[in-house]
Amino acid sequence: MKTTLKMIVVGLTALGGVNLAQAEEVSVAVAANFTAPMKAIVAEFENDTGHKAVLSFGGTGKFYAQIKNGAPFQVFLAADDTTPAKLEEEGLVVTGSRFTYAVGTLVLWSASEGIVDADGEVLNNNRFRKIAVANPKLAPYGKAALEVLTNLGLKDSLEPKFVFGENIAQTYQFVSTSNAELGFVALSQVIKEGRIASGSGWIVPGTLHEPIRQEAVVLANGKGNAAAEALMQYLRGDKAAAIIRTFGYAL
Amino acid sequence: MGFSDADLAAIWLTLRLAGITTLLLLLIGTPLAWWLAHTRSRWRGPVAAVVALPLVLPPTVLGFYLLLAMGPQGPVGQFTQWLGLDALPFTFWGLVVASVIYSMPFVVQPIQNAIEALGRRPLEVAATLRAGPWDRFWTVVVPLARPGFVTAAILGFAHTVGEFGVVLMIGGNIPGETRVVSVQIYDHVEAMEYAEAHWLAGSMVIFSFLVLLALHATHRHTTHGAMP
Repeated sequence: MKTTLKMIVVGLTALGGVNLAQAEEVSVAVAANFTAPMKAIVAEFENDTGHKAVLSFGGTGKFYAQIKNGAPFQVFLAADDTTPAKLEEEGLVVTGSRFTYAVGTLVLWSASEGIVDADGEVLNNNRFRKIAVANPKLAPYGKAALEVLTNLGLKDSLEPKFVFGENIAQTYQFVSTSNAELGFVALSQVIKEGRIASGSGWIVPGTLHEPIRQEAVVLANGKGNAAAEALMQYLRGDKAAAIIRTFGYAL
Repeated sequence: MGFSDADLAAIWLTLRLAGITTLLLLLIGTPLAWWLAHTRSRWRGPVAAVVALPLVLPPTVLGFYLLLAMGPQGPVGQFTQWLGLDALPFTFWGLVVASVIYSMPFVVQPIQNAIEALGRRPLEVAATLRAGPWDRFWTVVVPLARPGFVTAAILGFAHTVGEFGVVLMIGGNIPGETRVVSVQIYDHVEAMEYAEAHWLAGSMVIFSFLVLLALHATHRHTTHGAMP
């Protein structure tokens, strides 16, 4: 009995040891808008490096609160540049690891054909009941959407029609179920093979809002984790760049 | 600091939502509880199970299906369109409908238990004294089952105040319309406004504690009254 137990313990230790020596695991907090591209990138990453990446998707603000309170993430891909900067100030990230991995593109989108025209003129007619926007306080895409409407001089007149998603994923859900006729979502959510896959959309010119710079950091937790280092490297590489572009982000 | 105007608006909205929901639930829940307590129909089991579903379902499941059902393509959405009404998601009345479903078991079950505990005897006695059905209900059932109704109202109200997942799914976070206290707290936390979050969250803890204390008091009162 005792020997069996000993063997199991030895066996487990050995397994763990082998694991550590060859490939490591990294747990990554990923902004909701980057869900689809990150899944594609990580599939390639695991294939090419043998490391494993465990992904959690969610709102950047929630991740910030969780990281501050000891969440076991090693890498954080935020939806903005202010949250990673804040974490860096607070000494919760590996210094010098912060970089822009993608620049987001905003799209005014409807699940139905023929609602949103190619120039966004739809915003000027009064023929829709609700327009979905990500909560500008929490989501960079929501902040950008409000900047667009402010620049077009439409913010005040459209305000009664706003419905707010907690993050860009929920905003997309409101529009895709047609509960809101149209809404500002991330291009990455509606794009497939380089074009808007269904419904109708207007890709908002970047001149109408501040760039949505999305930054990645290695968290203090991930210091010395080989898989975390490798993933950051991989995100800067050509293969990842190609995937990121097909999902409608700039670099 | 204290509550901001937005916080106060959220508190008022929440109280309004919980008040209207509780009132509607007492109206709908009482006949339903009565039926469940007295029927021998084979539908009793399935109906009781449906009423109890919100106890075990994650609020996200409920919210997700309500969003689909109330949306323009869903059956409820088609019905409201046919009536010439606006779609229910993102409106106060949409939240009321959702809350009625969500808090149903908390109102129906205490009333049902109270009515079952009452038994048929007092009603039969009242009937022999020529009391009509309405008369029997108001002069026999309501006073005798009063603790059940009080418990139901308190639990229904408190549970609606504490509702979060469903509101998040179908509310759209509109100030003064669907942004209730729980969503406002979530927003504060997400926006890293922890001090503001504490004010509201702390108030919720105190409120919930007082509600449970009140509940305990009514129960003690009843047991003392019932067993002299």
